[in-house]
Amino acid sequence: MSLKEKLVSSFLAFENRVDIDNPVHNIRSQAIKNFEAKGFPSKKEEAWKYTSLNSLQKIDFSVFPKQENALEYKDVKKYFLHEIDSYKIIFVDGIYSSYLSETTHDGVDICLMSAALTKPMYKQVIDVYFNKVASQDESLTTLNTAFSREGAYIYIPKNKIPKKPIEIIHFSTGNEAALMLQPRNLVVAEENAELQIIERHQSLTDNEVLTNSVTEIFAAEHAIVDYYKVQNDRATASLIDNTYIAQKNSSVVKVHTFSFGGKLTRNNLNFYQNGERIDSILKGVTILGEKQHVDHHTLVHHIEPNCESHQDYKGIYGENATGVFNGKIIVDKIAQKTNAFQQNNNILISDKATINTKPQLEIFADDVKCSHGCTIGQLDEEALFYLQSRGIPKKEAEALLMYAFANNVLESVRIPELKSRINKLIATKLGVRLGFDL
Amino acid sequence: MAYTEEELKKELETKEYEYGFYTDIESDTFPKGLSEDIVRAISKKKNEPQWMTDWRIEAFNVWKKMEEPEWANVNYEKPDFQAISYYSAPKKADPNKSLDDVDPELLEMYRKLGISVDEQKKLQNVAVDIVVDSVSVATTFKKTLAEKGIIFMPISEAIQEHPELVKKYMGTVVPTTDNFYAALNSAVFTDGSFCYIPKGVRCPMELSTYFRINEGGTGQFERTLVVADKGSYVSYLEGCTAPSRDENQLHAAVVELIALDDAEIKYSTVQNWYPGNSEGKGGVYNFVTKRGICETNAKISWTQVETGSAVTWKYPSCILKGNNSVGEFYSIAVTNNFQQADTGTKMIHLGENTKSTIISKGISAGKSQNSYRGLVQVNSRAKNARNFSQCDSLLMGNECGAHTFPYIETKNKSAQIEHEATTSKIGEDQIFYCNQRGIDTEKAIALIVNGFSKEVLNKLPMEFAVEAQKLLEISLEGSVG
Repeated sequence: MSLKEKLVSSFLAFENRVDIDNPVHNIRSQAIKNFEAKGFPSKKEEAWKYTSLNSLQKIDFSVFPKQENALEYKDVKKYFLHEIDSYKIIFVDGIYSSYLSETTHDGVDICLMSAALTKPMYKQVIDVYFNKVASQDESLTTLNTAFSREGAYIYIPKNKIPKKPIEIIHFSTGNEAALMLQPRNLVVAEENAELQIIERHQSLTDNEVLTNSVTEIFAAEHAIVDYYKVQNDRATASLIDNTYIAQKNSSVVKVHTFSFGGKLTRNNLNFYQNGERIDSILKGVTILGEKQHVDHHTLVHHIEPNCESHQDYKGIYGENATGVFNGKIIVDKIAQKTNAFQQNNNILISDKATINTKPQLEIFADDVKCSHGCTIGQLDEEALFYLQSRGIPKKEAEALLMYAFANNVLESVRIPELKSRINKLIATKLGVRLGFDL
Repeated sequence: MAYTEEELKKELETKEYEYGFYTDIESDTFPKGLSEDIVRAISKKKNEPQWMTDWRIEAFNVWKKMEEPEWANVNYEKPDFQAISYYSAPKKADPNKSLDDVDPELLEMYRKLGISVDEQKKLQNVAVDIVVDSVSVATTFKKTLAEKGIIFMPISEAIQEHPELVKKYMGTVVPTTDNFYAALNSAVFTDGSFCYIPKGVRCPMELSTYFRINEGGTGQFERTLVVADKGSYVSYLEGCTAPSRDENQLHAAVVELIALDDAEIKYSTVQNWYPGNSEGKGGVYNFVTKRGICETNAKISWTQVETGSAVTWKYPSCILKGNNSVGEFYSIAVTNNFQQADTGTKMIHLGENTKSTIISKGISAGKSQNSYRGLVQVNSRAKNARNFSQCDSLLMGNECGAHTFPYIETKNKSAQIEHEATTSKIGEDQIFYCNQRGIDTEKAIALIVNGFSKEVLNKLPMEFAVEAQKLLEISLEGSVG
């Protein structure tokens, strides 16, 4: 049975298990119909030209986690940002772990999607926001919608700022030979609200994991949302991350994506600017080796006038790694005075590494400033020589230059502990120890 | 009187196609429709050898199985391939007669276009192989070229006279199976130009061809093959103007360039097919496959000025096969009213130390859509490949669109690739700056548009620059000073 058939046939069982009377029942049934009609995307589709899901579909994933698995905090402590206090929403094999988590209802709601989808007190928010910005026809997003049950639910009311950053971590323990996870997150920041989220997917063994995640983010007037995605998983873990962001007047949403590992990582990042004076910031650092594959697929849709968007993606590809960057900016006819910038710089450090990039502009308004730039190159020989001539070994010198290359993305990380954590990850990735943080 | 952008826009929208006239020449036209018999009939009409007929039939069989491509960013009514007449030759034409015997009506037509053969011959030192509705009627300067050993003749003659060269090179760069329109062209092409520059020869003059579509309802399927043997150089010019027609006409040409070791080919195009009227009615469909292959140390340079056609679908490409080969692409695409252009290039880096440059300028006005679509591909063996791409778009008015689809695929760590694209309009501050220095708005716009396109216009050969300027004026008259 193909993975698609398996998913479609498990849908009934899934619906029965959760709750047929659930208010989102109709949304789910509609979504599965769409997925059934479309199936998994193939390389023939323009958006998936460089990323193939064929090999993943051959794996016999179990679609439901069978049992609850406990983890000891000390075993997984290193994956937390443990230097600082944070709210935590932790899932183990797709099931919420109350033991590892720290949620709150004190002024803000930082809790679970499963609760939000079933309890009447959240119904109002779910009605207004759930599945409202996520695509209704992209096949993988609708697949997630069909199976949406668990994930993080974050609601920040007007003028509120949570005391600490929020960590969302998905662990997979490897109890199943191959596991497919479909977390569904909803983040709503009302007027003037501000929050910071760190998201991570981590598998603890070398068993196959496929995560198809959907996150919807709504930023109301003057809201500020910082979202950090840390992707440093094992070579058997695949992640398809679909993030949809709807912004209103004067809101600022920043998404940082740090892709350091994983068998296949696909980031679909979609920004919709439904207002004026909006700022959307997309930043990414990718450092890959082995036979890993990362595909950054971004869309910024400028719908209203006077908005800005800034994209900056840096990539370093070694060994047999493949990198893809596909950035799309659409400026509607009425979105005059738009400033949209897109930058994609890549360094290839191996003969077998591949980079495919496609920065794309579609512009229908005339009074705009839109530009994109894209480079592929190597480390500067002369800079390398300069450092070596001052007694820095070649490896460290190379690492230093790569640090510098990635640095302007790191600069905008607003949680210092996260920044130093990322620095350490980069150092590990490059196989060097540098006696300082940049 | 101050000349504002609004007025310019208005003028652009209402500007009628100046070259829209129709010359009444008796034509020898095939019945409409396409079948194997028609393909055979074309081949027979052309008195072609058996291998050529077989080649056409093979292409036709491939074409039958293909589907029309949908991926381009253009919308148009699909042509009905059974409603086109695949062969049309002016009746009185006879390739052997001298220039003086040419139908006076034809000469009149050229006079209207401002490309009088005599004038070209005498003043501009350009050898012109004029193609009217698929058959060459006048070839000039043949003798001068022959002295150098340069072969420049209609491809149908070349098939007769130099079958070994045509057989060796035709279809090597654009195979019959390449794409839908290339296959169609391979099956039914009626004429075109063939050019061969022998070893070490530098072609002393610019070679030039003019294509026109004349007979209503005939598609034009040109085939051009340029072979530059080792160490040779040629500059080839191609210009197109077409008379006004209400029904859409199809133009599916194939151009193949072969630059052997150390050779250089410069291929310049000015394209001004009928773009349709200001309501978007009529106009030519221009679906062209152009590709060149560079052997070691060779260079191919494409320059194009695209101002016409209702729908343009064209990607002059370079396969940089040999080490140290160089590919260049310079383009200005102007779209107005309801025109749609999806154009760009492909640079395929296969050899070591290969270099490519892409400069693309798009100007959209009215309700037109202008897309740049390009591919830069660096293969794993292409060490030290270098590419620089720049795509700039200028928007005039808020009903047009500019799109960029650059694909960059790199499989080699020593590659250096830069790509940048910008989209902007003529800034109020730029105009203000000119105004306060005493330059009126009209001149300021002219200055800015001129400056915007200069990089590409500069690449055109001198002989062609006049013509290019003339054709650009149709789209942007009043703004280009």
